[in-house]
Amino acid sequence: MQFMLLFSRQGKLRLQKWYVPLSDKEKKKITRELVQTVLARKPKMCSFLEWRDLKIVYKRYASLYFCCAIEDQDNELITLEIIHRYVELLDKYFGSVCELDIIFNFEKAYFILDEFLLGGEVQETSKKNVLKAIEQADLLQENQNEDWGGLSDDIL
Amino acid sequence: MSDIVEKTLTALPGLFLQHQAAGGSGVPRVSVSSRLGSLIRSITALTSKHEEEKLIQQELASLKATVAAPNTTLRLMKECMVRLIYCEMLGYESSFGYIHAIKLAQQGNLLEKRVGYLAVSLFLHENHELLLLLVNTVVKDLQSTNLVEVCMALTIVSQIFPREMIPAVLPLIEDKLQHSKEIIRRKAVQALYKFHLIAPNQVQHIHVKFRKALCDRDVGVMAASLHIYLRMIKENPSAYKDLTGSFVTILKQVVGGKLPVDFNYHSVPAPWLQIQLLRILGLLGKDDPRTSELTYDVLDESLRRAELSHNITYAILFECVHTIYTIYPKPELLEKAARCIGKFVLSPKINLKYLGLKALTYVIQQDPNLALQHQMTIIECLDHPDPIIKRETLELLYRITNAQNVSVIVQKMLEYLQQSKEEYIIISLVGKIAELAEKYAPGNEWFIQTMNAVFSVGGDVMHPDIPNNFLRLLAEGFDDENEDKQLRLYAVQSYLSLLEIENALYPQRFLQVMSWVLGEYSYLLDKGTPEIIITKLYRLLINKSTTSETKAWIMAAVTKLTSQTHSSKTVEKLIQEFSVSLDTCMRQHAFELKHLQENVELMKSLLPVDKSCEDLVVDASLSFLDGFVAEGLDQGAAPYKPHHQRQEEKLSQGKVLNFEPYGLSFSSTMSSSGCTGRQSPAGISLSSDVSGNSAETGQKETNSLKLEGVKKLWGKEGYLPKKENKAGSSPELQPIAQDSTLVENVDQMIMKKDQSQALHHSEEEAEKQRLASTLFVGLGSESAVSLLGKTDTVSHKFRRKSKINDTKNREVTSTHNINCSSFSPLSNAPYEDNDHLNSFQDKEDIGLKKCSLGSEFLESGLKSESLTELHLVENFSACSLSPPSLFEDNSMEIFHPPHPTLSSFANEISLTSSLLEELNEHVHSDLVELCNNEMLKVSSCKIWKDDCLLLVWLIVNKSSLELKNMNLEITSTENFKILEHPGFCFPVIEAESTKSIQHHVQMEKLFTEEDLSGCVKYKVEEDPYIQLEFSITLSLLDFIRPMKICTEDFGKLWLSFANDVKQNIKISDSQANLPFALKTLQQKLRLHIVDIIGNEGILACHLLPSVPCLLHLRAHEGMAALWFRSSCSTLPDYLLYQCQKVMEES
Repeated sequence: MQFMLLFSRQGKLRLQKWYVPLSDKEKKKITRELVQTVLARKPKMCSFLEWRDLKIVYKRYASLYFCCAIEDQDNELITLEIIHRYVELLDKYFGSVCELDIIFNFEKAYFILDEFLLGGEVQETSKKNVLKAIEQADLLQENQNEDWGGLSDDIL
Repeated sequence: MSDIVEKTLTALPGLFLQHQAAGGSGVPRVSVSSRLGSLIRSITALTSKHEEEKLIQQELASLKATVAAPNTTLRLMKECMVRLIYCEMLGYESSFGYIHAIKLAQQGNLLEKRVGYLAVSLFLHENHELLLLLVNTVVKDLQSTNLVEVCMALTIVSQIFPREMIPAVLPLIEDKLQHSKEIIRRKAVQALYKFHLIAPNQVQHIHVKFRKALCDRDVGVMAASLHIYLRMIKENPSAYKDLTGSFVTILKQVVGGKLPVDFNYHSVPAPWLQIQLLRILGLLGKDDPRTSELTYDVLDESLRRAELSHNITYAILFECVHTIYTIYPKPELLEKAARCIGKFVLSPKINLKYLGLKALTYVIQQDPNLALQHQMTIIECLDHPDPIIKRETLELLYRITNAQNVSVIVQKMLEYLQQSKEEYIIISLVGKIAELAEKYAPGNEWFIQTMNAVFSVGGDVMHPDIPNNFLRLLAEGFDDENEDKQLRLYAVQSYLSLLEIENALYPQRFLQVMSWVLGEYSYLLDKGTPEIIITKLYRLLINKSTTSETKAWIMAAVTKLTSQTHSSKTVEKLIQEFSVSLDTCMRQHAFELKHLQENVELMKSLLPVDKSCEDLVVDASLSFLDGFVAEGLDQGAAPYKPHHQRQEEKLSQGKVLNFEPYGLSFSSTMSSSGCTGRQSPAGISLSSDVSGNSAETGQKETNSLKLEGVKKLWGKEGYLPKKENKAGSSPELQPIAQDSTLVENVDQMIMKKDQSQALHHSEEEAEKQRLASTLFVGLGSESAVSLLGKTDTVSHKFRRKSKINDTKNREVTSTHNINCSSFSPLSNAPYEDNDHLNSFQDKEDIGLKKCSLGSEFLESGLKSESLTELHLVENFSACSLSPPSLFEDNSMEIFHPPHPTLSSFANEISLTSSLLEELNEHVHSDLVELCNNEMLKVSSCKIWKDDCLLLVWLIVNKSSLELKNMNLEITSTENFKILEHPGFCFPVIEAESTKSIQHHVQMEKLFTEEDLSGCVKYKVEEDPYIQLEFSITLSLLDFIRPMKICTEDFGKLWLSFANDVKQNIKISDSQANLPFALKTLQQKLRLHIVDIIGNEGILACHLLPSVPCLLHLRAHEGMAALWFRSSCSTLPDYLLYQCQKVMEES
């Protein structure tokens, strides 16, 4: 996978993960073009797009578009399922996820993504294992939060 | 599940708005860290982009202050990082925070570290310089006892890591492969996968460990290792054939549901794993019946199991089909796979239909019947509202195009083209149409009209090869001369009518094509004088939207036409108008035209009708200017130095001391001697020596260029616009082609093109049937070969006149020649006649092999010569000298003089064998007979020692009498220096014996070829002296040796040398390949190839005893730019000449 983008129906980027080194300018250009192209497509249309020399696989969940770029010889359908699995993971983690969860806790969404996809390849296909890994890290986080509990939040 | 998610998500934007209205009081389920929350909220509340920008800039400013403040806690820093990530996502640059992200990863506690690492992975890319600062942190965390820290470190390494620092962490990561926790092992494998991607050779030594990972008891670890294997097998399938069994077993287990239920996805067992394995098996089984055999069962099983109708099973099925068609075919499986494809194609789900078409496109070449089965679906897809489906259908049709259905398919493609806006699609589609048109065009009219459409729509975005190929096709023509004329004539007519249309705007490329064709072929028109066409072209020329590049094309066309007419008012007007043009290029063209026009004879000879395919001889060295340059120098002008030289001299003066004496005065004597020196070696005049590069001088002194000179250069090629034309040009004018006109155009063309086939795409079945019959005509029943559109080599309808073959043949022969003559410097004399060699057709292969072998030896340094090579060298020279019977692998025989008398034979052998020892160590020429009479024979042999040239003279007494007072005397000349005493005396040479004398020769004065002469005197009994004279030709190359230096030394030397000669020479096709050209130089001139970088090569040699010369060679579009530098002022010129010679010869 070359990159993954999450954006809203209004075209606002919610998450971006790039697995190929590109310049910021290039990234912005790609994002802009893709958001435009995908948003212009009608609901009954195919979930795949040929774009430059890449294949774009996208799917809309409520107000959010999940959009992946893969190479031509990659399997489009399984990419669609990767997106779905990611949504499932988010859903399980946040407990029935919504766009707001992702907006306000995007770093969590990134953590989950990193446990699921690593360097553009599926790392762990077992939902249980992914969530276990995240929970472990979160658990430590909470412990530390307790440690820090004595400090006031005022400095924030 | 997905439905629930969808419902929830749909419901929530409303919630969000409520929450907005509530004034941002915390929503319980959204844990909002206050700063980020308020930032997000305030941004959402904004209405304009401008406001957002203002707000974010404020935010960034405050963040910048915070992160830079010394008392910022890490906890606060963490908050800042999250906000920075957010700002970056919105598209605002926040590079000031990158370093702090690294610091946070380094210093923070777990929670902060996690954010720090995340920020790093989002901010930086793997080539970012700051990434180096992260390496220490990663190393530390990898060694941590805390699992979470190790996980974090492995995660970041798997995403971005600087390639050059891999050795620092590799051992640590290798250790982790044995870790007790599977998550650590898995991430370690993933990290190694990343390393394999960015630096495969660094992880080569741990391939064994990959195998261990493949056998890991944890499914996750095993699955991760498959990424590496897929990659490695893609690169080199044959190395992993032994693993086929393992992969098959794993797949069987997966398909059989033996994995933990955790890995099920919608009750399908581990689909990701299955797909990965199927892909690997496909790669392994490709073109390999034995490996494929192993996989048939499991593939069959996979097909059978995947019966559920969930998307994921289709994903597996698709991969299965792909694998089945990739590996060595098994009919049963193919049949099942074909049925499977049918399921896809016929599915009402659009995604599956798309994949069905995709599968068809790659299956179609193996199984054209499949397209026939689904023809009705394909027809439907052709009119599908989703352009992606349409496009995939066209891709499919493109692959089944043949001579019968080409016009319908191309028409469909053109229709699609009209609706496309995206550049990428236009480029690829236009390319395909042009390819099909060229291959299968049913007729001239169709071809020209289709190409017109291609040029109109593809315009200036299409690949430049398309117009170039088209023009070449027109120019080179086909097998039938008459047909060629028809085609050209039709093109001319069609362009004229296009130009007739008022206010029509065509893309620049199209105009260029038109003007070239009109200039070249409008003579074919019966009626209509060039005047009419010139008028049309003139109108284009004064059109404001015409770019200056196009103007140059048009000018060229006008010039050609002018030579065909007597006098033209339009031309007069044109010259007048453009002689004062602000565009210098145009002004120059106008002046040239004006002068040419004054000399009609010359103009006609210069611009012959219909000779565009013939080569023009161009004096690239601008030798005609030499007189002018010399005159200038005589009058005290400073010699011209090219810009680069001046610059580098400046550099080198700064860096190293210049030990060369300053060449202070350029007095007349000096410069003239330079000139003569320059001309003498070449025979033809070469460029510079002291005077610098005359080509460049010529450019400098444009105003005094004589017209005669210009004419020589001013071939047709000269007129063809080059990039420079843009340089001095007026600014590019308004964008061309407006869509509407283009579309109109295409419409017209399509209308005209094929009235009978103007298909209405009504929903009626009958219509579709008819379309189907036109589209799929020629499929199925015919042989498969004609269907393989792409790989088809057979039926180029508009095939170029077997020129390709010709050139290939020529290439072959020339290769042969090169090889044959590759030893010519080694044995100068006998090699005059290459044709002679051709009589050894049957031996040719051997000869070739030997030669290449020989060249390898040369390359490997002249020292390590084996006896075999000696054979080769001798063998080879022998074959040109002596009858075929001598051509055998026996060195003894080859040392035969052409007609040896038996008696002297034995002697010579003994002597030769004693010589052999010495010869073995060095490259040497064959023995050449210099003079001969009934008593005595003198022959000689050159031995190219590393440090000198050694001449060996063999004096053979053929008679049965003693020869007395045998004297051998070499005439001394200024060119040579003989180290020993040039004379030698043998008091007695016994009957039938051989004596040898050796002379070390040095070059005193540079020359290209000089004779070294001498004589032998002897007495027989008491008769008076008998004298025999002889001479041997020595060439400069006899004194050139490779100089083995490294690139770095080369660079240093290069800067320290002041004598500099540059020259562009044309190189033949066979030499366009740079390494090949260099090899030629290496073999023939004995230059040492120091380095090859891209299309540039550097070589070094030295002239004995020790005058170095360096060569820089850049190959570019059929030209080679040679650039010599040496400490000797004249050597570069001589070498340049030799270079030119060998390049021309080969």
